[in-house]
Amino acid sequence: MKKYFPIIVLLIALAGVAASLFPSRPDSGFDLNGFGRLPVLADGRLKPFDTVARTSLLELQGRQRVAAPDGRTLTPIEWLLDVFYQPGAADQYQTFRIDNLDTLALFDLQPEAGAGKKLFSFGQLAPKLPELERQATLASQVDNAQQSAFERAVIKLQVGIQLYQHLKYSFAMPDSKDFLAELLQFQESLPAGVEAVRAKQAGQPHDEAAAQQVLEAGRRFDFMAGATSLLTIPPEPGDARPDNWQNTGRALLATFPNGNINPNVLAYAALGHAWRFHQPEPFNEMVRLHRELLQKRFAPALKKCAFEARFNAAQPFYTAMILYVFVFLLAVISWLKWPEVLGRAAFYPMAVAFLLATAGILARMWLEGRPPVTNLYSSALFIGWGAVGLCLILEKLYRNAIGSAAGGLIGFGTLLIAHHLALGGDTMEMMRAVLDSNFWLATHVVVVTTGYASTFLAGILALIYIFRGVFTQSLDKATADALARMVYGIVCFATLFSFVGTILGGIWADQSWGRFWGWDPKENGALIIVLWNATILHARWGGLVKQRGLMCLAVFGNIVTSWSWFGVNMLGIGLHSYGFTQATFWWLIGFIASQLAIIAIASLPLEKWRSFPAPRPLGVST
Amino acid sequence: MHELLQPLVRFFVSLRLTVVLLVLSIMLVFFATLDQVQLGVWGIQHKWFFNFIVVQPVKGLPVPVFPGGYFIGGMLLINLVAAHIYRFKFTWKKVGIWLAHLGLILLIASQFFTGLEQRESQLQFHLGETKRYSEDFRLNELAVINTTDPKFDDVISIPESLLAGDTPVQNPKLPFRIVPRLYYPNSMVQMRTQAPNAPPSPATMDIGTQLAATPQPLTYKENERNMPVAFVELIGPEGSLGTWLVSPWIDEPQTFDYAGRTWQLVMRFKRYYTPYAMALLQLKNDVYPGTDIPKNFSSQVHIRDDEGNGGRDALIYMNSPLRYGGLTYYQYQMNKVDGLSVLQVVRNPTWRLPYLACLLVGLGLVIQFSLHLAGFFRKRAAAAMTA
Repeated sequence: MKKYFPIIVLLIALAGVAASLFPSRPDSGFDLNGFGRLPVLADGRLKPFDTVARTSLLELQGRQRVAAPDGRTLTPIEWLLDVFYQPGAADQYQTFRIDNLDTLALFDLQPEAGAGKKLFSFGQLAPKLPELERQATLASQVDNAQQSAFERAVIKLQVGIQLYQHLKYSFAMPDSKDFLAELLQFQESLPAGVEAVRAKQAGQPHDEAAAQQVLEAGRRFDFMAGATSLLTIPPEPGDARPDNWQNTGRALLATFPNGNINPNVLAYAALGHAWRFHQPEPFNEMVRLHRELLQKRFAPALKKCAFEARFNAAQPFYTAMILYVFVFLLAVISWLKWPEVLGRAAFYPMAVAFLLATAGILARMWLEGRPPVTNLYSSALFIGWGAVGLCLILEKLYRNAIGSAAGGLIGFGTLLIAHHLALGGDTMEMMRAVLDSNFWLATHVVVVTTGYASTFLAGILALIYIFRGVFTQSLDKATADALARMVYGIVCFATLFSFVGTILGGIWADQSWGRFWGWDPKENGALIIVLWNATILHARWGGLVKQRGLMCLAVFGNIVTSWSWFGVNMLGIGLHSYGFTQATFWWLIGFIASQLAIIAIASLPLEKWRSFPAPRPLGVST
Repeated sequence: MHELLQPLVRFFVSLRLTVVLLVLSIMLVFFATLDQVQLGVWGIQHKWFFNFIVVQPVKGLPVPVFPGGYFIGGMLLINLVAAHIYRFKFTWKKVGIWLAHLGLILLIASQFFTGLEQRESQLQFHLGETKRYSEDFRLNELAVINTTDPKFDDVISIPESLLAGDTPVQNPKLPFRIVPRLYYPNSMVQMRTQAPNAPPSPATMDIGTQLAATPQPLTYKENERNMPVAFVELIGPEGSLGTWLVSPWIDEPQTFDYAGRTWQLVMRFKRYYTPYAMALLQLKNDVYPGTDIPKNFSSQVHIRDDEGNGGRDALIYMNSPLRYGGLTYYQYQMNKVDGLSVLQVVRNPTWRLPYLACLLVGLGLVIQFSLHLAGFFRKRAAAAMTA
């Protein structure tokens, strides 16, 4: 039985991955998958409604699930359909997360009024929205770096409200009882109405009611056109610009010169009618017909959107994250019991998680048409991926579960960070002009991120050395020496990659701006990593530190890297500043404090280390 | 004598010094990065890096707080060179380290030269406009222009720093002395009608009598510049000609006649003239569909040099600057509505050095660490054999 344990673990891991690829959904009768895969142009790229639903919810409330007041749980796409077509109901869902009490006071609300004391509905917020807008406008006049927690919170909430409003005006006027009927009636009365308006302008006798009706419709469509940024209607068949998508309001305004309502607008209105009046069959038929229509002109986009929706549902990084937890636990337990068997049992799921993360990163690259690292989110994915890759090699070489433990820890940690970074919205965002260079993204960014990954890995290996040495008796001489060799080797690797990566950044800067080095905060952060790795190597070569000193320096490397990765962004200056939240700041401070504490623990006299009963055989100096 | 030198040599070649200097340089870069919040990226370079000692004003008194970039870089350079002369023997096994260190020496040296030689300015032009100079983003100059000859202007440029002092400026081309009377490094200028309570102006001539200038705190922000005001008195052999208010706030030159010639007085952003003219033919500003996220900016320019050697068109866009006449022009800002394009103009004669340096370091590190790795696998193989 014991012999087969690693194989069993491998099979369980594979089964878990397979299950995640085919998520089951409760059958509501509606073809929600089909609707979720339809394309829409938002934030500069074509994406499926599924992504719009998920990223909007993450941005608004930090999670994808929605609890309706009647106790039902809605999937993201069901929520989105309600926002589109039943805004009255959607307004009652508590999807706006407010943590800041001062912001809550703005709405005269108590935390108890919200789900989980922090989620509130649009209906609850609606009466005081003008006041929110006022406060947000005031707050946005304050410099980024100087904004208080309240100011950040009102800006964030205002952005959320705007996002929600944009969604509401995507396909219909929210106040319309039945938008499809309204459109059909408009279509029918249009010729007479236009005639009446013409006659009125010419000062001739006319049907005043008909003229008013058509003018009112125009006013409504014009309002819609300005109220949403979601471009849902594909370009006209003859349009030479393939990205000339428009929103519903604008497409409806084109009815006046054309005489006919855009069929796509009607299709979405019909979908809305079916959704609102709970008619699954016409809904599914409409989805099918609309897909067929799009298929003729947008086959590649449809394929990508379908893939993306599937990718969203599979959540490969989430599955990998869970696997990494098991990897870490199995590896740690293997140091206490069954080293051989559990060591191998930890290796297999790490390999599976690594392959899964690889597939996830490749999928994102294909969807975006970009190299792997384009923003902070993808840097977290890539740092984890690179470090775990190195861990697989270490584990293959040493077979002592240290590579697996480090891989599990770093894989889980980076994916957790990525998960929190995803709360900012769509993680596949467009690259601002100067960053729009696949060549430099593929070279500089990838290499320097590998440098980050390896510096972190050296630090994590050092953590393992310190923890095992101080708190357990499992760190024998062979293991200690092996760890020292690993850390040294990884620091060499990190020096090379962080140096080359930083320099490539300089060359990019020179190519783009004629300036090799600009002392920009992010550049400086990368430079500090290079200098720190060089310091470690020289201190070792000069005999200034031995094993334990090397470990302490490597742990400090974690601080240096986290500062460069996140800290410099918090200064709110320079070319690489992305803005940050108060929470990130405290997490960073906490992380740095924990690393300093570990260095302090490592500096305990060796007699206090459980692994090294005095006198020490290794001749370690401090 | 030799014995006296021994400890000195030992100090300069030691690895301990290397480590101390590396740690100091990390601290230097770290503090300088933090200081950017206050001083901006340009301010910190001169305070922390292009300096031997970092001086921090504490209650108005300059206090040295940290060794500057030149000091640490210089010491690292000495340490590196000395170690190679006294400690390292060249062997093929060490070729990686030698290459990496040689590259580093070049890199430090190139940054030193960059600090001395690099100059950045901006070229702002509207659609259809032709310009033969770029303007400094920070420095200003007082231009005294003799416009008597209709065929050309004779420009005498006086740097802003001289206006900040109180030494009169005399120039063989000028029939008068320029005496700085009052100077604000940053200011606001209003019409006196809008500031009825302003104290009387020292200016006695031209527009300056109608203007009220108030000093403003210095700004270090990336996208703001200081706008100075100076009051200058012109004194000829027969006595004072009057006091003028000069400032980049005033676009139009102030004109007067003296000694049979016509003069113009204008304080403007310091200009760097080029032996060629550049015209802005076309500009483009693309955004991603349905957003205002910029995708690309580009300027189509035409260059014509003074020898009249034909012309040349160039397209300057993001990540693709134009290198011409020893300068690099890259797309900096754009205002499509006004048809305005701003190019950043950089002069950096040593721009090739870092490329060479990096190649050497990269190669050196790869060789060195590959040798390490090979050694590691050899040892493993040997251990496996004996086991």
